[in-house]
Amino acid sequence: VSAPQLDPDPDALAASVRRYSHGSRVPGWDDAVDLDKDPAAIPDPATTPVPDDLRAHIEALMARYPDRRSAAIPGLAAAQRLHGYCSPEAIDQVACVMRLTPGYLVAVATFYDMFYTEPKGAHDVYVCTNISCSLRGGDELYDAMLEAAEDRADLHVQEFECLGACDLAPMASVDGIYVGPLEIDDARRLVDDLEAGRPVLEEKQLRYRRVADPEANREEWEVDSHPPASPAPRAATPVMDPEAAAAGPAMEGVDAPDEGAGPDPIAPREQEEAGEEQARPEDYDEHPAPSAGPDAPASPPKEDRA
Amino acid sequence: MKLLFENVDEPGLNTLEVYERRGGYRSLRKALGMTRDDVLSELLASALRGRGGAGFQMGKKASFLPKGSMDKYLVCNADESEPGAFKDRELMQKNPHQLIEGIIIGAYAASTNRSFIFVRGEYALQADILDAAVAEAEAAGYLGERILGSDHVLSLVVHRGAGAYICGEETALLDSLEGKRGNPRLKPPFPANAGLYQGPTLINNVETLSTVPHIIRLGGEEYTRIGVENSAGTKVVSVSGNVQRPGNYEIELGMRSRDIIYGLAGGPPEGREIKLWFPGGSSSPVLTADDLDLSYDFDTLAKAGTMLGSGSIIVVDDSIPVIEVAKKVAKFYRHESCGKCTPCREGTNWTVKMLERIDNGEATPMDLDILASVQEQIIGNCLCVLGDSMAMPLGAMVAKFREEFEAHIEAAREKNLKTTAVPDPLPLAGVNAGFAGPYHRPAPAEEARV
Repeated sequence: VSAPQLDPDPDALAASVRRYSHGSRVPGWDDAVDLDKDPAAIPDPATTPVPDDLRAHIEALMARYPDRRSAAIPGLAAAQRLHGYCSPEAIDQVACVMRLTPGYLVAVATFYDMFYTEPKGAHDVYVCTNISCSLRGGDELYDAMLEAAEDRADLHVQEFECLGACDLAPMASVDGIYVGPLEIDDARRLVDDLEAGRPVLEEKQLRYRRVADPEANREEWEVDSHPPASPAPRAATPVMDPEAAAAGPAMEGVDAPDEGAGPDPIAPREQEEAGEEQARPEDYDEHPAPSAGPDAPASPPKEDRA
Repeated sequence: MKLLFENVDEPGLNTLEVYERRGGYRSLRKALGMTRDDVLSELLASALRGRGGAGFQMGKKASFLPKGSMDKYLVCNADESEPGAFKDRELMQKNPHQLIEGIIIGAYAASTNRSFIFVRGEYALQADILDAAVAEAEAAGYLGERILGSDHVLSLVVHRGAGAYICGEETALLDSLEGKRGNPRLKPPFPANAGLYQGPTLINNVETLSTVPHIIRLGGEEYTRIGVENSAGTKVVSVSGNVQRPGNYEIELGMRSRDIIYGLAGGPPEGREIKLWFPGGSSSPVLTADDLDLSYDFDTLAKAGTMLGSGSIIVVDDSIPVIEVAKKVAKFYRHESCGKCTPCREGTNWTVKMLERIDNGEATPMDLDILASVQEQIIGNCLCVLGDSMAMPLGAMVAKFREEFEAHIEAAREKNLKTTAVPDPLPLAGVNAGFAGPYHRPAPAEEARV
């Protein structure tokens, strides 16, 4: 076998190797930083408006741990619920309350799969495509879900690693509500349910599933009577007019935690009772969540952002 | 015999009222009436082995904590993310107080005064249920200062993660709980000496701690009568994949694997045979249909070259090409590698690339040896076992299904030759200079190139 010679022209060879900015062969290695700037310091409370509820929530979180830094992950989660994603503004607010640098929090946020430093749709639809689910059609379900959500900007469909529900395979998690086992057609139904604000795939929610072990139950128990969970309307990216925020409460639903004023986008949602007037604030003793009315307004819609 | 799953679907079991009516927190009262050392002796006598994966004896681990009055911690590892594992989810969701009672007793035995449950962020429903249960237990005086009039002090915080498999590794979990990126730490020091906030820390799995109240109720000696030697007690086994009835089953350890997969889970779908199965989650070396008569316990599976791990059986039937399974496993670990240690970060990445080359018809059987050698170079060379968790099942798959891999390489290569023009091979140099095997064939004829 006669082998061809290597191209003797070193320039041509160099040109055939793809390079990115700064001469790197690794794309995006310097995306996160402006190399001409100093690293950001801990934000100054005087110039960093933080919604009162978010501040109170993070302070309560910090008090739960021997070291306040432990509140970084739940704090970021709260800011993400409020802002829709871990925006620079969200990071600054958490950094300001926790007295950490934004850089530290960005480093934490980029490590974890459930934090997003880029804008995304308000509803998270995670489709498991790991081994057990893919053996039962998880990959096809993911494709169907992408197709069903194609023109829905508020849906964020993501292929996810094992969600710990292989008994429901193939399954998906819709804003934390596990549903399965799903058929291909369920992708469309799921999107319709979300659009209508109904409980998602009511009869397929994990909550109602019995244990598989036939000998576990010695009696015929009634079905769990909890109402099915519907994804709470989430805060889309909120308006944060710095002047208004500095002057006082900034966010609808956050500054007025009265009965029925709106879902608290900061406190973890009580899934099983979303849409019911039975919120149990004692579950979150440090930070009572106002009950979420089914028609309560979410934070201002995205259009207001202009 | 059912311990953990006894009447688990009783409505309201997640509330204190129903749990107490069924005899809940009686084990705690019994334990608090004993000395801390006596409770620890019961745990040691039970020989309860950790249910999270490593199978280390819980009592021994608890006894490693130093004595003294410093802050000591108990962390419940509820970051269940191993593909195929879903037992902790069901235990937390349906019987949260059983876990909380186990934590309080475990903390009493190990003299720890602060405890945490680290729940993976995806388990939102389970974390909400735990939050509610902890609030109830606090209100009833089972948590806090001077629990039930004893000298036991314990706080319990439910901490939600944010999605990272590596945080199930105990030292990465501690870093994550401290608010950092979840990178594993160098051991030693082990968490028993310098764990959370550098304090002595006991870390146990949800199922392990949920078993503790039953051990106190029955007594350690009595508990060892369940199961087989060196594998005492019951185990919740999660069966998933190509079986007819996937789900959680509580078994006595030492049951025949065939009885679990065929008897309980219904076996593969009609007309299908089992090709391979993972006995303990995706990180356990795979077994084949020939191994179905193995007793399902820690020692037997270890002797068979694999492990019981978290007790998660994934069954793959003969309709699935083994390379698809290998790719899913490798891609998972590539995604989840934290990137701290080079063998794992690069090894998982290159393993995926090599498997994709096989699929694209660009590989030769020689690549299987390279693939196997990459796995060997990962094992034991990293701070934690995430890389090993890919290398062990991958190595076993290549060893046990080599013929299928080779056939796949050949078929993909034939397909590739028919559809795409293959560049002529570069001249071989160095150790490969003499190699002119069948894979350096002349380029295909012009008309075949399309």
